[in-house]
Amino acid sequence: MDSILSILIFFPALAGILGFVIDKNSAKAYGVAVATIELLLALGLWMQFDTANAGMQFTEKSALISDFGISYNVGVDGISLFIVIMAALITLLGIILLRDDTKNMKNMIISLLFLEMTMVGVFLSLDAIIFYLFWELSLVPMLYIIGAWGGPTRVYAAVKFFLYTFAGSLVMLVGLLAMAYFYHEANGVWTFNILDWYTLPLSEDRQFWLFLAFFAGFAIKVPMFPFHTWLPHAHGQAPTIGSVILAAVLLKMGTYGFVRFSLPILPDASVTFTPFIMGLSLIMVIYTAMIAFAQKDMKQVIAYSSVSHMGIIMLGVFAMNTEGLGGSIFLMLSHGIVSGALFMLVGVIYERRGTKLMSEFGGLAAVMPVYATIFGVMLMASVGLPLTIGFVGEFLVLLGFYKVSAIGTILAGSTIIIGSVYMLALFKKSFFGPLTNEKNKDLLDLDRRELTALLPLVAIVVWLGVYPNPVLKPIDNSVQALLVQMKDKANTITTKEAIVISKKEEK
Amino acid sequence: MFIDPKEITMDILNISTLMPMLIAIGGGLIILVLDLVKDNLHKSLYVMLTILILLVDLGATMGLNFGPEEKGFFEVLLMDGIAIMSQVLILVASMLFIPLSLTSKRFHEYSYPEFFALFLFMIAGFQFMVSSDNLIMIFIGLETASLALYTLIALHNRSNSFEAAVKYFTMGALAAGFFSMGSAVLYGLSGSLELGQIAAAISDRMGDGSITILILGGAGLLLTAFAFKLSLFPFHTWAPDVYEGASAPLAGYMSVVPKVAAFVVSMRIFEMFIDLQIHWVQTMIIVLAVITMTIANLMALVQEDVKRMLAYSSISHAGFVMVAIALATDKANAGVFLYYALFMFTNLGAFAMLWVSRHKNRIHHARYDHPYEKFSGMIKIMPMGAIVMALFMLSLAGVPPFSVFWGKIYLMSATVDAGYLWLAVVMGLNSAIAAYYYLKLIVFMFLKEPTEQVTQETTYYNVSKPLLTILGFAVIVTVASIFMVNPLLEYINTMIQATNFGI
Repeated sequence: MDSILSILIFFPALAGILGFVIDKNSAKAYGVAVATIELLLALGLWMQFDTANAGMQFTEKSALISDFGISYNVGVDGISLFIVIMAALITLLGIILLRDDTKNMKNMIISLLFLEMTMVGVFLSLDAIIFYLFWELSLVPMLYIIGAWGGPTRVYAAVKFFLYTFAGSLVMLVGLLAMAYFYHEANGVWTFNILDWYTLPLSEDRQFWLFLAFFAGFAIKVPMFPFHTWLPHAHGQAPTIGSVILAAVLLKMGTYGFVRFSLPILPDASVTFTPFIMGLSLIMVIYTAMIAFAQKDMKQVIAYSSVSHMGIIMLGVFAMNTEGLGGSIFLMLSHGIVSGALFMLVGVIYERRGTKLMSEFGGLAAVMPVYATIFGVMLMASVGLPLTIGFVGEFLVLLGFYKVSAIGTILAGSTIIIGSVYMLALFKKSFFGPLTNEKNKDLLDLDRRELTALLPLVAIVVWLGVYPNPVLKPIDNSVQALLVQMKDKANTITTKEAIVISKKEEK
Repeated sequence: MFIDPKEITMDILNISTLMPMLIAIGGGLIILVLDLVKDNLHKSLYVMLTILILLVDLGATMGLNFGPEEKGFFEVLLMDGIAIMSQVLILVASMLFIPLSLTSKRFHEYSYPEFFALFLFMIAGFQFMVSSDNLIMIFIGLETASLALYTLIALHNRSNSFEAAVKYFTMGALAAGFFSMGSAVLYGLSGSLELGQIAAAISDRMGDGSITILILGGAGLLLTAFAFKLSLFPFHTWAPDVYEGASAPLAGYMSVVPKVAAFVVSMRIFEMFIDLQIHWVQTMIIVLAVITMTIANLMALVQEDVKRMLAYSSISHAGFVMVAIALATDKANAGVFLYYALFMFTNLGAFAMLWVSRHKNRIHHARYDHPYEKFSGMIKIMPMGAIVMALFMLSLAGVPPFSVFWGKIYLMSATVDAGYLWLAVVMGLNSAIAAYYYLKLIVFMFLKEPTEQVTQETTYYNVSKPLLTILGFAVIVTVASIFMVNPLLEYINTMIQATNFGI
């Protein structure tokens, strides 16, 4: 199948349009079916994916606006492949987890399918404008999901989410247009093809400003430390499905943007900005971890811990070596799986009790043993216990980061401790101790629907924790290629020295 | 250039360049005669007749020879690329507008045949205005069109329509005064009213320090006149009141067609000054553009009425496009046309949605016809209507891949190319501010509960098949614009190539 990527992108959207005529009682079944097909297509892509090839595969290209160099251009490499699969998986499990009595189920399913198109589209686009198109479009269904199914101040949270990201990405758009202009200036043709941009030499001064423009768009999405204030609102008000997708996939767009745009297009500026980004990331890692510890609401704990982990991903990205970058991409996947699962778990208890405050719980392990076990597994994965998925990525990132800054690594490593403190505190307050609250006495354990959604995630957490190689290897290949390309393009000696490409070792 | 009367031949007259305007005027006269011969003809007859006349007009326009030196009618008409292109734009917008009068409820202005006759005269005026480089001809075209437009506004029989018409008329008269004074100064400076000769005369005397004050006067007065017409800060204050007083489709029409005509003339006049290296004109226009888009955006944030919000949003869009005039590059000029060609469908669609829900009485609010509350919870009552309106709003906000986005990035790209990175960032941030008030309407439609006055009955009060057809066109262009930009750009670029800008 040559056009498998286009099918992957547009199949959910087409299904979403057809979804308008589905009867509302069958909407969830329709959503599950479509998302399953999408996941199977994504897995099929993995089957056909040539893991030895580090470059772009399955590329498709057709001119859209030829006078202006915009073309529909998609491709997949080891970096984007697994994020796409993860996005498809999380969407499917999120839909499965939807309660049958969700109001306006049909609208929810249609929004989710459109959202899935934009998510897959962002990670597969190789044309900057098409990337931007999906990037912006992803805000619209999310706005609706938060605004229509969220908590009491949902409208405020939804609009804040939209405007914050929209403002940042418009600055990024100026950067993209400037980039196209510089390319035009040098080569006399208009193009928005990212792979062409990789080859364009840029002066340091230009790189500096372009980096700042891209940073405005990506940093808000990640969200980097001073720009993170929209996220707690969004998570606090979003329905379970919204939080799951937001944390698991949408935030990855930001870090993916850094990997796909900032690093290879602007290697010198990336190195120049490394101390700045690392400083921000370290603040983000430690500060949000501390805030997480102070939260009373389970969901806010997980929201802040997810921001804290995004900081570690950023550290890995800017470590500029194979371990750090490869580890951070692996960590994007594991963060998607783990934080997605944790938000699902909070959603489960919220549906039963109508509250997320830890003080309301206690001793839940006695009434909901299965739930407590799964929660425990995910918690361990989140703090990075060896043999879980969280360990692999975090270890690689810290290993890579150690080569850059030993002190920074110690600081970042301390979050594993803070992380385990607040996570275990959460676990202790909610699941152990005496069962004091009367309302918790008759809580039912997980039912079939919830188990279907959660067990696959548990399996992945253990599988990739024990044997990460099938995923890690293609990632490493592409990361290696990316670093080589960065090093070739770098203008200054400092940059060339900062980028460390380790010899390929057999794992 | 003066022509010896004995030497006048049919070649110099080049009558065919007059054909488009003659068709519009002739059509208007036919409608008047019809009314004279037989009373009580239904408005549908006039609507269809007007569309046919516009079609013939469009055919005649597209069939014309065009080129940078294609002059006619004693050399006062100039059929260059942008003249043809803007006429095509004006005619297409008019054809989209006129069926909107076939509403299910009777609004009496449309039962007057005079409405349609005046409408055609107005189009002829705009056609004269865009296809000339002679200041007198431009002035005549401008005034013909404006006088007809004032009357059209007043025909919407509401007290605030009269207010709007009188306000617009007063402001228009003032602008006309500035225009004629500016032309007089330029005439005094160069002894000619033709822009090419004015430019030549000024560039001959550029070294002469004494003409600075004259150029300042001429360009300044003309800029003031066009700031009125394009509703640029600080001469924008009439626009929201006039839009509110006019009927919704006419307001949408006014946010496109008169602006396109005024932009074409601004291109001819101000890009001449910019090409003559008179830098303060450029600076002035950039300052005006930035203030206009920012102030209008901030004002739009606090509006309680959707129509007033859309009025401010149109002002802000005009400010956005005004940047292109200051840049004076081919790409920026192409951007103006791309922007308006795409904006036209979306904005007319948005105003048509207001028209669909227009009620004879103000049932939602004592002061406003279209308060936000009117659209509360629309998704629960008419999902299709809400989705269509949301598409228009997202498009106006510049969310890809909807139509206005392509105009926006093309203009922003032209700004970046010209080296004004900061200006491009300002344009981007303004789009972000603007997103808030467009989102506000989406929030009302999708995320709020309907109020008790909002029912299918009241919100689809004025709907009819012709309205739905026009809305359908608008939606298709808004959504599928990604496939239309390329052919459109090719056409625009050909036309821009066939035009002499500046000197």
